[in-house]
Amino acid sequence: MAYSEKLLDYFQNPRCVGEIPDADAVAEVSNPVCGDVMKLWVKVSDGRIQDAKFKAQGCSAAIATSSYATEMLVGMNVTEARLITKDQIAKALGGLPASKIHCSVLASDAIKQVLQGF
Amino acid sequence: MRRVYLDSNATTPLRPEVVAAMMPVFTEHFGNASSIHWFGQHAKSLIDDARQHLAKLINAETAEIVFLSGGTEADNLAIRGIAESQKSAGRHIITSQIEHHAVLHTCKDLEKQGYEITWLPVSHDGLVNPADVRKAIRKDTILISIMHANNEIGTIQPIDEIGKIAAEADVYFHSDGVQSTGKIPVNVKSLGIDLYSMSAHKIHGPKGVGALFVKKGTALKPTMTGGGHERNRRSGTENVAGIVGFGEAARRAREGLMQDMPRVGQLRDRLEAGLQSHIELIHVNGGNAPRLPNTSNIMVDYAEGEGLVISLDLKGVAVSTGSACSSGSLEPSHVLTAIGKTPDEAHGSLRFSLSTMTALEDIDYVIEVLPGIVDRLRELSPYYKKV
Repeated sequence: MAYSEKLLDYFQNPRCVGEIPDADAVAEVSNPVCGDVMKLWVKVSDGRIQDAKFKAQGCSAAIATSSYATEMLVGMNVTEARLITKDQIAKALGGLPASKIHCSVLASDAIKQVLQGF
Repeated sequence: MRRVYLDSNATTPLRPEVVAAMMPVFTEHFGNASSIHWFGQHAKSLIDDARQHLAKLINAETAEIVFLSGGTEADNLAIRGIAESQKSAGRHIITSQIEHHAVLHTCKDLEKQGYEITWLPVSHDGLVNPADVRKAIRKDTILISIMHANNEIGTIQPIDEIGKIAAEADVYFHSDGVQSTGKIPVNVKSLGIDLYSMSAHKIHGPKGVGALFVKKGTALKPTMTGGGHERNRRSGTENVAGIVGFGEAARRAREGLMQDMPRVGQLRDRLEAGLQSHIELIHVNGGNAPRLPNTSNIMVDYAEGEGLVISLDLKGVAVSTGSACSSGSLEPSHVLTAIGKTPDEAHGSLRFSLSTMTALEDIDYVIEVLPGIVDRLRELSPYYKKV
């Protein structure tokens, strides 16, 4: 299989799945090429991300990267979180096949968008 | 873990009988079929036997079967061979939007060389309308190429009607029969076909060997030049072992057409009925059209095809999204787009393709594991609301 064990684990057992009803910000991003969608909810106070949850419809790489990125956010301060890149997410999950690099863009775009107002 | 293989439109395992027929060819009957000594002549006689099995399978004459490297080469030889030999008569070719890439990209290449291609649409059921073919024919039309059965959704085109139209207009008619050969009865004479592509590895034969039926008297310029093998249709020392394997696979397939394929059809129907009763919001693509008995293309709302394929693979079940050739690509399947699916819908489609080696237990295992997988992926979807 073209995916790492770690990526498959995040696909099979995604962390931070769900919605935050009283979220401070919500972002929804989609990939126009492959149709993948990610929705991201965050709770922010004192410049720190207290909680983050996601939902996604897409391929295994999209789901795994969305989950991993959301998990990363929890506890991070906003300035730090804005610096998260797609390469960082992909690398942490053991890299992605060339045709799947775009999947990690979904998560990095969602993070940038959801933190815009802070 | 149980391993279930339901990707037979991509490729199939060799039947043990096919392997047994091939083995002595590698070591004992290794002769070059062009040599006049015993070794060569024995190899030639083995090729002749295989040619007979192929001819019988599609009701052709043995002299009309040209062995080559596979379905892709067969499509290339048919289309380029006619385009080249007929270019003084005209440069217009009619084909459909749901052809295999071997036809699609060959026609696109000819388009760049100055040929004009008419890309016929298909109905939402995945069928070409013969009336559209008739309307598209012009004075300078030299070839009509419409596949027999589609590799992704299995729909069987009305090629008998198209064959008649082509014959009336005196235009060459090629049909890509890679998915239909050995799965449904084929009679090239009654279908009015001039050229018919076939491949061994889709019917439990080896990879790297295929055949093109070329009706007697068809003007075809060879794409491969050399020693003039295969009655000057295709040069290159024959792949004797592969051809022998193809012959045996064709013989077995012909025997199985009446018994094995109806059973495969029943298993496919059981799969579709089972999935539809256990999973809401799924649809069978091309389900209203005549279809190959082994193919089922299922669209799952609120889930994505690649995620489904990976999840099934982790449970030991091998299927594909659309065509295996394009699984590395992000573009939605051209076939599903042509039958009117949106890119989102196309991305949520799964292809199950069975073979005569598929067991009832294989099907029941899929019906057991897929609902849980779909549930899990839908729970992750921001759009899905449980009804």
